[in-house]
Amino acid sequence: MSEKAGKIIKVAGPLVVASGMKGAKMYEVVQVSDQKLIGEIIELKDDTASIQVYEETSGLGPGEPVYQTGKPLSVELGPGLLKSIYDGIQRPLNLIREQAGDYITRGVEVPSLDREKTWKFTPVVKDGDEVSEGDILGEVPESATIVHKVMVPPGVTGKVENIKAGDFNIVEPIAKVGGKNVAMLQVWPIRKPRPVKQKLVPTEPLITGQRSIDTFFPVVKGGAACIPGPFGSGKTVTQHQLAKWADADIIIFIGCGERGNEMTEVLIEFPELIDPKSGKALMERTVLIANTSNMPVAAREASIYTGMTLAEYYRDMGYNVALMADSTSRWAEALREMSGRLEEMPGEEGYPAYLGSRTASFYERAGYIKCLGSDDSKERIGSLTAIGAVSPPGGDLSEPVTQNTLRVVKVFWGLDAALAYRRHFPAINWLTSYSLYIKDIEDYTKKNYGSDWPDMVRESLNLLQEEAKLEEIVRLVGVESLSAKEQLVLDTTKTLREDYLFQDSFDDADTYASPKKMYAILKTILTYHHESLAALEAGNKNIKDITGSPLKDRISRTRMIEEKNISEIDKLTEDIKSEINK
Amino acid sequence: MLKQYKTVKEVSGPLLMVDGIKDVKYEEMVEVELSDGSRRRGRVLEITDKKAVVQMFEDSQGLEIAGAKATFLGKTMEIGVAKDMLGRVFDGAGNPKDGLPAIIPEKKLDINGAPINPYARDFPDDFIQTGISTIDGLNTLVRGQKLPIFSGSGLPHAEFAAQIARQAKVVKPDGSSEGNFAVVFAAMGITFEESEFFINQFKETGAISRAVLYSNLADDPVVERITLPRIALTTAEYLAFEQGMHVLVILTDLTNYCEALREVSAARKEIPGRRGYPGYLYTDLATLYERAGRIKGRKGSITQIPVLTMPEDDKTHPIPDLTGYITEGQIMLSRDLHRKGIYPAVDVLPSLSRLKTNGIGEGKTREDHSGVLNQVFAAYARGKEAKELAVILGESALSEADKKFAQFADEFENKFVRQGSDEDRSIKETLDLSWKLLSILPKSELKRVKEEHIEKYLPKND
Repeated sequence: MSEKAGKIIKVAGPLVVASGMKGAKMYEVVQVSDQKLIGEIIELKDDTASIQVYEETSGLGPGEPVYQTGKPLSVELGPGLLKSIYDGIQRPLNLIREQAGDYITRGVEVPSLDREKTWKFTPVVKDGDEVSEGDILGEVPESATIVHKVMVPPGVTGKVENIKAGDFNIVEPIAKVGGKNVAMLQVWPIRKPRPVKQKLVPTEPLITGQRSIDTFFPVVKGGAACIPGPFGSGKTVTQHQLAKWADADIIIFIGCGERGNEMTEVLIEFPELIDPKSGKALMERTVLIANTSNMPVAAREASIYTGMTLAEYYRDMGYNVALMADSTSRWAEALREMSGRLEEMPGEEGYPAYLGSRTASFYERAGYIKCLGSDDSKERIGSLTAIGAVSPPGGDLSEPVTQNTLRVVKVFWGLDAALAYRRHFPAINWLTSYSLYIKDIEDYTKKNYGSDWPDMVRESLNLLQEEAKLEEIVRLVGVESLSAKEQLVLDTTKTLREDYLFQDSFDDADTYASPKKMYAILKTILTYHHESLAALEAGNKNIKDITGSPLKDRISRTRMIEEKNISEIDKLTEDIKSEINK
Repeated sequence: MLKQYKTVKEVSGPLLMVDGIKDVKYEEMVEVELSDGSRRRGRVLEITDKKAVVQMFEDSQGLEIAGAKATFLGKTMEIGVAKDMLGRVFDGAGNPKDGLPAIIPEKKLDINGAPINPYARDFPDDFIQTGISTIDGLNTLVRGQKLPIFSGSGLPHAEFAAQIARQAKVVKPDGSSEGNFAVVFAAMGITFEESEFFINQFKETGAISRAVLYSNLADDPVVERITLPRIALTTAEYLAFEQGMHVLVILTDLTNYCEALREVSAARKEIPGRRGYPGYLYTDLATLYERAGRIKGRKGSITQIPVLTMPEDDKTHPIPDLTGYITEGQIMLSRDLHRKGIYPAVDVLPSLSRLKTNGIGEGKTREDHSGVLNQVFAAYARGKEAKELAVILGESALSEADKKFAQFADEFENKFVRQGSDEDRSIKETLDLSWKLLSILPKSELKRVKEEHIEKYLPKND
């Protein structure tokens, strides 16, 4: 393999140009210089290749060799991925530390998956069964919560022979399919989506436990969402909250060009946090990919594809996977930097003209799907939800990365600096955000949350919109000039904002709210509104009594009520009904 | 024997093209000898098989194409570091500026450093008491954090940064403080007066004996500003991770650094990003800021306080904007408060410390800290809104509660934000002061603090 060698003729930052690269292919992996730095070919002219190098290039010079490998940039798939922390090209950071010390140096070669460790494999098919690509051969308990399904790799079909139960490492053959040895390890190129049988229209919400998201701007399992916001508006905290509480089976968290200390926080926090569903540590279902802002730029570009491919692999097993990328703007900037060094004609704000198509094809890898496999009776459904943070410069949403993202995603959680300054978190602006999935999941919410849920949501949103209008009037002429009814609207929306939309992610009881709790609180708030409205109309109460009622105080404490005591909230609703119009 | 090239073909601003080179490496150091015998240094910025683009670290003034000789030194830029650097003043290239002899290096280190493996990082959670209420109480600084000061021209950021440097200490819950503290101060393109101010501040308080100062003044070579912060951070890394000291790094002014970067980028005719700054400004800044932190199993830490002046006080300008995306929060100075004569003019609403939650609470500061902080923020925000409303509609149009909030906002600015430039408030004093101010408000409005804390800490003044 390393016989085919070219020669460096130019070095400029992460870009290396080499000549004499006969037979090189686009996106082929190469090894640069005798330090064997990993690079990928991103442009070819005759036998001259432009290479983006995934490691520091200082000290390289013209004349040094470049070795072709003939293979595209790929990741290793198999048991052992969960609980790992990788860099952008799937090198385990803990092993890099063992080899290279506390700092990341160059030319470190470590296997992505442990070759020594053995896993207990239990077959689910037997010798003589006919299987085709995507079919499950057997199972391996990978972590405390996740059973890893070993699948027939794409491109392989035939009769199962020689399938064995027992302890194996990932490269030992566990069976023969169609005459080929199959091991647990699979290798897949990161830029190529893994095949599925069929894409379906998503119908189930991804429950995140965040009231403002689940109630007003829900995302579905298999959907795509984006969180744009200026710095300090809480993008990362929101992403962390989703990674912690979303009801997905697998979480892939990509720290793409972000802060080192934040990744450390995730590393320290996740093993200690308990998943409300399984009762086990959250880390048991998580893979982290960390390419912090000071690590090589080119690997940042690769990191989101690495994460996406891992996510697709678990989706193919029939799991619900959620992928969080924080932040896609850094990925776009990496594209821009490489494009600039290639001296390509720039599009908007220096970003390459293909930014839009790259963004679209990334988010399109999300979806709700029928997994590949031959047996329709044991049909598997998997989903991959992609949630990307966007960091628009100066919070200006008209910039290319945000705009290109909005063109493909169906959920927009617009973070608002003004809300963040008021310490209203999550700072999702309820007037500008949207979700186009509300209709798709209406049946689901009616069945599972409560039949009047969609109406409650609509009413609350209308109230909030009315508030925005009324506030303008108040700003001009003062609150006294409003009618009692209008003052009631303002009072109710204040409750909605402060006691429902506001959610304290650092408070143990408040950080996660189940749909049941959300329904109960929203019901309480709206009941109070309706009852008060009736009381005003009947002349039973004046507005001062309503806004100053001790019941309001009880409403404001509902979000701190623990999940097991939800009946207390229902009781409050009953009290409201009986007290206001008595 | 190193080869000397007489093939300098082009000089443009800080850049130099050298032709016909052989065996030259990317980022290699270059020494250029002028016809008068003086030597200047630079590094390889881009290299092809025919020519090298060299970025000079010093002025290219007086450089002539015919007589210049370039020598490629076969190594990337290194500096010698030693513990003796404490108490010394250096220029932007790392040479002594205080008239004393050069240091004897204990070690040579590459100034570019290497990224800390996120897996090796230890999470910053030790509270640093700066003695400034707006920081300690509301935007708490922790060890290993990078917390920039966003300022504007004419605002007292120098005084403020110096006060932090003087007063910062780690206080244990029992009130004792920890020693082994050092300050690395890097001045980029600031004026002589400003630089003297810092040096005098350090001298007066005796802090100079535990400080390393790097100074590149406004009339010193611009390109030196690009290497200076890297030299300073390399020194800091040595002191922190090899000598076990807790190092506070103050970088001022990052705006000048970015301008220098833009100058080099423009000379290279690169495609500019926003406002003419290079597209890689984010990555470049990250390689500075991300050098803050703690490492598992090592004693020291690096805490960074970069200072930058926002052009036209615009925080969406690329420099503050990209900085804010990398750093763990920001302290924003406000021209409004400064005009009111309030020092330090910290506008707490847009200020933020992302790591504060880990450094506060029981065992670190006090159990009520988190609640108080949220309550004060919310109350001040509401108070300011009420005051804006009062400007339009007159004070009488405010509700009773809003009047109280407006009063709170005023008192908050006057008693909490305002403090003397040598006033060192303990965290206990800051928290007690917060409770005193909160007692202005009706008790029913105190929704963000726990009932038992109200009982325990709210002064009973009726």
